Amino acid sequence: MPVLARWIEAAGIPTVVVTMMPAVAEERRAPRIVGVEFPFGHAFGMPHDRAMQRRTLELALRVLAGAETFRTRIDLDVEWRVPVREAYRAWQPKVPSPIVRKLLETRSRGST
Amino acid sequence: MLVDSYKFLPRSFRPLYEGRGAFPGEEAPVWTPFAKRLSESRLALLSSAGIYVKASQPTFDLDREQEHPEWGDPTWRSIPATARPADIAIAHLHIDDEDLLADPEIALPMRALDELAREGVVGGAVANHVAVMGYQDRRLEDWHGTTAGEIVAHLRNEDADGVILAPA
Repeated sequence: MPVLARWIEAAGIPTVVVTMMPAVAEERRAPRIVGVEFPFGHAFGMPHDRAMQRRTLELALRVLAGAETFRTRIDLDVEWRVPVREAYRAWQPKVPSPIVRKLLETRSRGST
Repeated sequence: MLVDSYKFLPRSFRPLYEGRGAFPGEEAPVWTPFAKRLSESRLALLSSAGIYVKASQPTFDLDREQEHPEWGDPTWRSIPATARPADIAIAHLHIDDEDLLADPEIALPMRALDELAREGVVGGAVANHVAVMGYQDRRLEDWHGTTAGEIVAHLRNEDADGVILAPA
C-alpha cells in the first residue's frame, strides 16, 4: 500500500497512508503517514464508533493537507479498547490464509 | 506517542516486514504539494480490505489464490460513495471480515467523509472511491503495470485533489 501511494503521488495526486504498521510505511518511503495502533482490518477504528473513526479521518486529513515534507509521520494517540490478546485473535481469519497454510505445512514437513 | 507497528502481528510474520527497506526502485522521495484548502478540495478513499459491491461487481478471485498461495488478485473496484453497508461484500483471506461487514466505515469511511463535507471541513468527496485486495505477489508487477495506472486515471477523472489510503 505505501508503494501504491508513491505511484499515485508521483502521478501528481497527494496521498496519505493510514496504517497499523507506520514503521513499515516509513521504510517503504510513503510520502505521508498516519500510524494507528489498531488491529488489522480496522484502519479507522472500532465498528460503529463514529467518534473514533472521525478522529482518525480528521488526523489523516490534517496530515494530507498540512505535512510539509516527504515521509511525514504522525501517530494517532488512541488506544484500542479490547485487550491485546483478544484483539490479536479477533482480527485473524477463522481459516488460515493459503500462504500461511503453505508455510505451516512446509515447517511441519521440515520438523519431521 | 509512537505506535507499536507490530503490536497485532504474529511474531513469526515480523521479519517479513521489518527492516526490509524501500521497495526496489522506490528509494527516491516522491512529493506532490497539497495546494488547495481542504474546504475547497475533493477527497478520495482507497481501501485494501477487498471491498466490492455485492450486486454489481465480481468478487476478488480467491479461488485462484487458494490454488496459488503466492498470488493475490491485482484488480480494483470503483465503490460508489452512495453504497450502503448492506451493499458491500468483502473478499480477503488474510483478515476476519466480521467487523468489516458489520461496519465498512472502519476501512472505507465514506459516511464520515460525507459528514465532513456537509460541515464544510472538506470541499467534497469523489463520487466513486477505490478498493483493492491488499494481499499481492511480492513483486507487485500487475499493480505496477496495470492497476496503479488505472486507479490514477480514475482519480483524475473524479477530480480528486488528494487520496487517503488505508491498508487492511
